[in-house]
Amino acid sequence: MKRGKLTGSITKGQRSKTLPFGIQSLLSVLKEGVIESNPVFVQVLGTCPALAVTTSAKNAFGMGLAVIFVLMGSNLLISLLRRFIPSQIRIASYIVVISTFVTVIEMLIETYIPGLYNSLGIFLPLIVVNCIVLARAEAYASKNPPLLALLDGFAMGVGFTVALVLLGGIREILGAGTLFEHNLFGEGFKPATLFVKPAGAFIIFGFLMAGVAKLRSYINGKKRNKNDKKEAAAL
Amino acid sequence: MTDILLLMFSVILIENFIFSRFLGCCPFLGVSEKPATALGMGFAVTFVMTLSSAVTYAVYHLILVPNKLEYFSTVVFILIIASLVQLIEMFMHKYIPALYSALGIYLPLITTNCAVLGAALINIRSKFSFIESVVFGFSAAIGFTLAIVIFAGVRERMAFADPPKAFRGLPIALVAAGLLAMAFSGFVGMSFS
Repeated sequence: MKRGKLTGSITKGQRSKTLPFGIQSLLSVLKEGVIESNPVFVQVLGTCPALAVTTSAKNAFGMGLAVIFVLMGSNLLISLLRRFIPSQIRIASYIVVISTFVTVIEMLIETYIPGLYNSLGIFLPLIVVNCIVLARAEAYASKNPPLLALLDGFAMGVGFTVALVLLGGIREILGAGTLFEHNLFGEGFKPATLFVKPAGAFIIFGFLMAGVAKLRSYINGKKRNKNDKKEAAAL
Repeated sequence: MTDILLLMFSVILIENFIFSRFLGCCPFLGVSEKPATALGMGFAVTFVMTLSSAVTYAVYHLILVPNKLEYFSTVVFILIIASLVQLIEMFMHKYIPALYSALGIYLPLITTNCAVLGAALINIRSKFSFIESVVFGFSAAIGFTLAIVIFAGVRERMAFADPPKAFRGLPIALVAAGLLAMAFSGFVGMSFS
């Protein structure tokens, strides 16, 4: 967990004193959640829904929104209760909080978006055991004030959603020739159905993860180069 | 009887929990470095899943349905599974220490294994009977064990491979899992009717 970095960026924002955090640190928290420690590609948490519901970009987006809701809600409530939850039974308490929010979003989606409810299937209630939610509760929300926990939940949720939509989009384009149900290549296109099948999910996920690893090592290499130059100039 | 056998085979091979339903991917990727540990994890999951399928079925039909509390099932099920795992752990520790020392470290991980909660939810949604639920839980776990042990064997071999730098570790393992899933998708053509 890269919590050290996260809290570091926030204390910088607190210097302004008028706001608990400035726009600058909001952006850096978002960057942390989406790129630096992306829950799916870097921390490798929540792989089950990432593989299962990404048969289309639309499903992936719906799942992402549901997880954002649950993460923000549970992070906020757990952070508010952090002084009252005894540490021996904290995991059980977190699970109760999380499953309450999951039940709420499940009922909302069932009522208002029945199509999405059917295509997500049991993966909607399974957000309860999504490791991302419990990991953020344990590692962040239980130690930080409510607003920061809410923000962290949002950033991690967005990171999860970006990863899912990327995976779902690629699978939908290759496997069905559409994106968000818009036909991309015209009628004559024969899609490779392998990619909407389970095997394709694993393979695309592997390639995306390798791509992100490459990107991160490239960015870090660039940073290191800059630092080296700075040091050389200082010397 | 044949129905039960058919259910078992289709759950283990055709609708394999990992390769076709994507349930239990976290331990599948996390605890599959060596075949021996993978087997340990598989046994622990089988034990818990069979028991939890029975208990969640009983609680759902004897307590939740008569009181019209079906919408509460997710919360209740996850609590049942968590306490069941804790109970099994304490029981094993006291009475079967040999088994505890073999499976003990995997037990706490199972609470957040989505395969266990997934099986309980599928049992309810497919309107299975009690026997069918237990068989479903048991054979789904056997399918999980089969997948994770095969995959651990593959990964052990992969230690000697030399993929590009960005692919080292999990990415290449995922591609291998994709190839395995392709092999398993060959079973889809099988039909018993």
